[in-house]
Amino acid sequence: MKQILTVANKEFHDGLRNRWLVSITLIFALLSIGLTYFGAAASGAVGITSLSTTVASLASLAVFLIPLIALLLSYDSFVGEQESGTLLLLLTYPLSKSQLLIGKFIGQGSIIALATLLGFGSSALLLYFQFGDTDIFATYGLFIFSAILLGLSFTGIAYLISLSVSEKSKAAGFALITWFLFALAFDLALLALLVGIEEGVTQQGLTQLMMLNPTDIFRLVNLAGLDSSDVNGALAVAINAGLSQTQLISALIAWVVLPLTLAIFIFKKKTL
Amino acid sequence: MNTPLVSLVEAGKSYDQLDALSAMTMSLNEGEVLGLFGHNGAGKTTMMKLILGVISPTAGKVEVMGIAPDSKAAWHCRSKVGYLPENVSFYEQLTGLEVLTYFAKLKGFSQKQAIGLLEQVGITYAMKRQVKTYSKGMRQRLGLAQAFIGNPKLLLLDEPTVGLDPIATRDFYKTVDQLKSNGSSVILCSHVLPGVEQHIDRAMILSSGKLLAMGTLSELRHQAALPVEIKPTFLEEEGLNSAIAQYPKLNAFLAEGCQNTLMVPEKNKLSALKQLLKLDDLEDIHVESANLEQVYQHFLLKHELSTNEKQQKQSQQAKKGQS
Repeated sequence: MKQILTVANKEFHDGLRNRWLVSITLIFALLSIGLTYFGAAASGAVGITSLSTTVASLASLAVFLIPLIALLLSYDSFVGEQESGTLLLLLTYPLSKSQLLIGKFIGQGSIIALATLLGFGSSALLLYFQFGDTDIFATYGLFIFSAILLGLSFTGIAYLISLSVSEKSKAAGFALITWFLFALAFDLALLALLVGIEEGVTQQGLTQLMMLNPTDIFRLVNLAGLDSSDVNGALAVAINAGLSQTQLISALIAWVVLPLTLAIFIFKKKTL
Repeated sequence: MNTPLVSLVEAGKSYDQLDALSAMTMSLNEGEVLGLFGHNGAGKTTMMKLILGVISPTAGKVEVMGIAPDSKAAWHCRSKVGYLPENVSFYEQLTGLEVLTYFAKLKGFSQKQAIGLLEQVGITYAMKRQVKTYSKGMRQRLGLAQAFIGNPKLLLLDEPTVGLDPIATRDFYKTVDQLKSNGSSVILCSHVLPGVEQHIDRAMILSSGKLLAMGTLSELRHQAALPVEIKPTFLEEEGLNSAIAQYPKLNAFLAEGCQNTLMVPEKNKLSALKQLLKLDDLEDIHVESANLEQVYQHFLLKHELSTNEKQQKQSQQAKKGQS
């Protein structure tokens, strides 16, 4: 356990030193405060819009940003150390491969989690001071919790990439492709499936397909509870299929645990 | 002292088709310094990785302190092993002290010990600076400090003196001698280093995964049967040739293409010297046994010749088979 904490502490401080924590927090805070105040600008009004619209807009932005940030933060954690030779050195220490991986995960995961909490939490506080409505915390709490899980999930996926390739530049390329597939292409493919093939997929089938993509689960978690007028496209269909929040959160947690377990497995098989 | 600290029995490692190391048998005792020599790709690093337990042998057995180093049981031994990899660039954005503290903590030591080690390698003045500002020699010193964490019983050093200036090299060998007298064993891995001779007890010469020779330097010299170089100088500008013209025995040792030098086999050294000393106008005499580099080159050359012969035989046989 001491070893894990040593590694986690180092990774966390790296995140502080590289200004990752500060910049992610700032991005999230600016976005969420901006959306909170100017979200209604599109409909011609300035001022605080309804809570559900705000969270809907935040979720649709976070769904692109969080995976990208998590992948950027972690894609080189292993391949980078392999290139500089420190990975080989670390493995000669009394430190197991799983300890190293979990330590890194805790360290880098804390950066993502803390940034999400501080960034989005700031706008929740702002809203609370304006309205004094405690519902804000419940809605934002769920949003922030699921956003953290989404970030952790992509940290695990980044480790998978980092452990599977032998060059840093390749890892960067794969990270970008992964982001594109999960955040953009998957939904387009689903939509094409819905529109292109009549009676191709049932509503149930569609929801099940969506479980294959953590970004879609995140969307479902945050949009399911909102007025359906704010939600369009394939998502609206899926929402009507109705999965409980607990099921969705569990699916998201599975998306954190599975890539991480697989990463440990790959790491153990890897020869240096 | 009875059980060797490190022992390899017929140990080998092959990747797919390539034999990185084949049937290696060796042992290392406590307080012994072993030099491991060979070209790039000779299997030095593979052997180190086997001993470190980072990879498992595909054949034979490896034991460190009586336990297979890749097993879980060897876990507690790992903090007693120090390793300096060949090419390591430490976390550039951290300071030297932060890097060393991280590694010390992983081995269960504190920052205080890390500072002590930085003092030992002489880079305390730069410990608050980021590693990316370090010169090659300073990085190497940091790497050495890292290997010295926790007074290891076994040290594996891959190219330890690369990039070190002469003073740092001298300090490094001093540290090696010191560790040795404390009972630590050291494996020094290197292309041939000038100046390493007096610090190693035994040498191993590897080439393409095979052991070419192993033994103390004098044993290797004996095996190689390399001649001793004798350079006498005479009082009256007299050439060596004319001085020894009447001694046919000495004449036979005259080096080809090298003036005023006799190349004498080790066993004839004393008799040749005695004869030379009888010469009246002898002013000075310089005797030099073959050094490590010459021994190394001898074994490599021999190996190359024998592999060439084998290949030729094989191709001849193949031709015969065709016709």
